[in-house]
Amino acid sequence: MRRILGVAILLCLLGTTVQANDWKKVRIGVEGAYPPFSYVQPDGQLAGFDIDIAKALCEAMGSECVLVAQDWDGIIPALLAKKYDAIIASMSITEERKQKVDFTHKYYQTPAKFIQEKGMMNAFSTEAMKGKKVGVQRATIHDRYLTDNYGQSVEIVRYASQDEAYLDLTAGRVDMLLADSVALSDGFLKKPEGKNYEFIGPDLSDPKWFGEGAGIAIRKGETDLAEKFNKAIDTIRANGVYKQIQDKYFDFNVYGE
Amino acid sequence: MNLSIITENFGIYAEGLQNTLMLVSISLAIGLILAIPLAVLRCYGSQRVQLPIRAFVYFFRGTPLLVQMFLVYYGFGQFEVLKTSIFWPFFREAYLCALFTFSLNTCAYTVEIIRGAMVATPHGEIEAARAAGMSTPLMLRRIVLPSAFRRALPAYSNEMIFMLHGTALASVITIVDITGAARIVNSRFYSPYEAFLTAAVLYMAITFTIVFFVKRLENRWHRHLQPQQQTAEDN
Repeated sequence: MRRILGVAILLCLLGTTVQANDWKKVRIGVEGAYPPFSYVQPDGQLAGFDIDIAKALCEAMGSECVLVAQDWDGIIPALLAKKYDAIIASMSITEERKQKVDFTHKYYQTPAKFIQEKGMMNAFSTEAMKGKKVGVQRATIHDRYLTDNYGQSVEIVRYASQDEAYLDLTAGRVDMLLADSVALSDGFLKKPEGKNYEFIGPDLSDPKWFGEGAGIAIRKGETDLAEKFNKAIDTIRANGVYKQIQDKYFDFNVYGE
Repeated sequence: MNLSIITENFGIYAEGLQNTLMLVSISLAIGLILAIPLAVLRCYGSQRVQLPIRAFVYFFRGTPLLVQMFLVYYGFGQFEVLKTSIFWPFFREAYLCALFTFSLNTCAYTVEIIRGAMVATPHGEIEAARAAGMSTPLMLRRIVLPSAFRRALPAYSNEMIFMLHGTALASVITIVDITGAARIVNSRFYSPYEAFLTAAVLYMAITFTIVFFVKRLENRWHRHLQPQQQTAEDN
């Protein structure tokens, strides 16, 4: 009798440990200030491409998901501090970040671009940009690119979120912004407050700075969760859910090649 | 702990330290210079003069510094009238917006500190000044203000330290102060502990410097309040 009880207790304990690694419940860190990928609706609900993708992936994995909004600055530290288990926040896969976290495959890839007030420069040139104030979101691939390539010639103004950068561009505190082209076009240029602004310069996608596209960040070593996400990305790519979400926000292919 | 992150990025912290020191010293100076006449008017002025000063103090003490800064930085940028006016080159700069807000904020608190100290002047001193035939400006200069500054010093040193810590908010509007430097370093290397600990140490160093100088000033100004030192002649 006692032996049976012992075995039963052991089984129960085993059962719980197995369940804990089962990823039945996944907490996902998102940003919420990066339209159209991630933003807060007037009623306080999170919405956007990242959010919909997160929900679709969870459904494909058969997991229950909790979305946690977190400022960009602290988004990786909070993952490492186990405040959540994955980051779905348009985070580009770069060598630097790979030293701290693991990434899944990309779930989209779009080029970066500058914007300026209409007609400020007739043609894009590094010469004409000298001394201009260029706004960028702090700790992004765009920040890195700008610091490495234009650090000496322009004045870089760093923002905590893309929304704040838009406010200062319209207030005239910065002359240009560098960011993801889709975020700029849908989050700003197509809106009424962006009507006096335009893209300038080439599409920027040098893998040295811009990585391999946006992926999902996972704590190092949790490869089972990464694998689950990879499988889920393949699933929603194959069954049309990805295209449905894409068409809700964009009229072109955001997945890239 | 990886201290090489800090040593390699000391340039950013040096820039931050310089900006913080500039912000705090200029805003404290402007605040104090404005606060002294305002406090006098607040005590001796007519109702018509007192009312706007009361309203000013009430607003700046009644709202958080962060909200005031957002009002000036993001709020003012919304008005086309202001954006086309001659004031815009001033409010365009994040640095000057912060300086503007901090100066007015510390001014409001300092007005109250000095006013409180002036009101606490012993009645006998004022009577004596009046009896000696002093006019109000002369009495202010010779009797009320000197003793008010003495009484205000401990409270004002607190205000200086609060202002120093308040300048950390400047990092929210793109200024690279000590906190801003810590945020850049943190976001580049994802090591919040090292980045913010360095900032904390720098703030502590400035605070202790302030405390040190206030202490010296107190020893000078409050000599009459200290227990009498026994000297050789007394024995």
